[in-house]
Amino acid sequence: MPQHTPLHATHVAAGARMVDFAGWDMPVNYGSQIEEHHAVRRDAGMFDVSHMLALDLDGVDAKAFLRGLIANDVAKLVEPGKALYSCMLNADGGVIDDLIVYYLSDTSYRIVVNAGTADKDVAWMKERLAATGTRATLTVRRDLAMIAVQGPNARTKTWAAIPGSEAASSSLKPFQAAAFGEFFIARTGYTGEDGFELTLPNEQAASIWAALAAAGVAPCGLGARDTLRLEAGMALYGNDMDETVSPLDAGLAWTVDLKDPSRDFFGKAALVAKGAQRQVLGLVLEDKGVLRSHQKVFTAQGEGETTSGSFSPTLEKSIAMARLPLGVAPGDSVEVDIRGKRLKARAVKASFVRNGKGLI
Amino acid sequence: MTTPTDLRYTASHEWIRTEADGTLTIGVTDHAQEALGDVVFLELPEAGRAVTAGEAVAVIESVKAASDIYAPVAGEIIANNQDAVDAPESVNADAYAAWLFKIKPANPADVSALLDAAGYEAAIA
Repeated sequence: MPQHTPLHATHVAAGARMVDFAGWDMPVNYGSQIEEHHAVRRDAGMFDVSHMLALDLDGVDAKAFLRGLIANDVAKLVEPGKALYSCMLNADGGVIDDLIVYYLSDTSYRIVVNAGTADKDVAWMKERLAATGTRATLTVRRDLAMIAVQGPNARTKTWAAIPGSEAASSSLKPFQAAAFGEFFIARTGYTGEDGFELTLPNEQAASIWAALAAAGVAPCGLGARDTLRLEAGMALYGNDMDETVSPLDAGLAWTVDLKDPSRDFFGKAALVAKGAQRQVLGLVLEDKGVLRSHQKVFTAQGEGETTSGSFSPTLEKSIAMARLPLGVAPGDSVEVDIRGKRLKARAVKASFVRNGKGLI
Repeated sequence: MTTPTDLRYTASHEWIRTEADGTLTIGVTDHAQEALGDVVFLELPEAGRAVTAGEAVAVIESVKAASDIYAPVAGEIIANNQDAVDAPESVNADAYAAWLFKIKPANPADVSALLDAAGYEAAIA
């Protein structure tokens, strides 16, 4: 039996098409996925992301523990509420999960992990806590729901829908969060647009969702979430990277912090020894068709593979992220095998759309 | 959701209309377009191609996924709908108006073995 978020009945009542996603019965679209996509690029849309898991890490060793656990360095977090995106690596330098860490204080962090990896992540963190003798407690927060409100009008519509939220969040910079009563409001997202990710008690999720809808925020499913994040060039765990892929080969070198030579983190030795062997670039299909994940790519430097692909509603072209040999450059012509035919595509930087504007 | 009673169907979600001249017009059902979501690309077979029953002859791609479309009976492709290729969203707008291709069946009696509306509705229930 798939699990249900606190908003499950709301989605079903709205006529959403429900699918199993990582063991959760989730809305993939309510009506037209393309219209939901455009709502986020042009106005404001919201996603139930309560299947993702919030964790709280509290204790005197919390900071030192996280500096050793993940590839980005939480030491750079000094402002309360500041967020950091990072990969958590295995001994081979492969990605166990990608996650967001919010700094509350040197002894208190909020971590948000993916739904499909949540159980594995918690088991791994507990194992590392025990192995390192860390004085910190990890608390699983399945009592919390998460709603992402995204789009150019997302913040103002959130403020209109939730009394008191404007005072709590109007001064937040991108990638910063603040506690607001029982709510946690973060100026983060997974769409390439401005907006908030709200974390709130399960029992308030349905009323807040309804208030946001009444303020003109369009309910959007995981289908639109996927095309939005693809256009923004944001990696999806399980598609664009997994335990067999290093962040250096997944276009995530910018999240690996090697500046402090005295900092050791799990997987660092293997990661540094191997170095970058592949790169991630975007592809824009020039022939007719639709790029999908795991199609073979032929370049002058050798073969590669698409890791995510779809139709871009904003660009009205098919786009993909692809793991390619080093040496392929933006602007290069490549070919993609789609059902046995080699179709022409152009390599570009893997960021197609930001803040409503096409970049290619 | 509607299932017109004057058409035949396959379990793989094609609809088939027998024209006055005995040729068959084929599309995908309303149930199929609803499940696929926004259609963004169609690849249709060229006229003159001989096909066997159950052969994958066309591809329909939505934002979500690619799906094959199968020839419901053996025969020869005699036309495809370029209007649908140029406006793939017409499949979502009216799946029974947006035909995809036409077949001259090798054996006209094959059509009677296909599902009727009640049979198709039972198959997708």
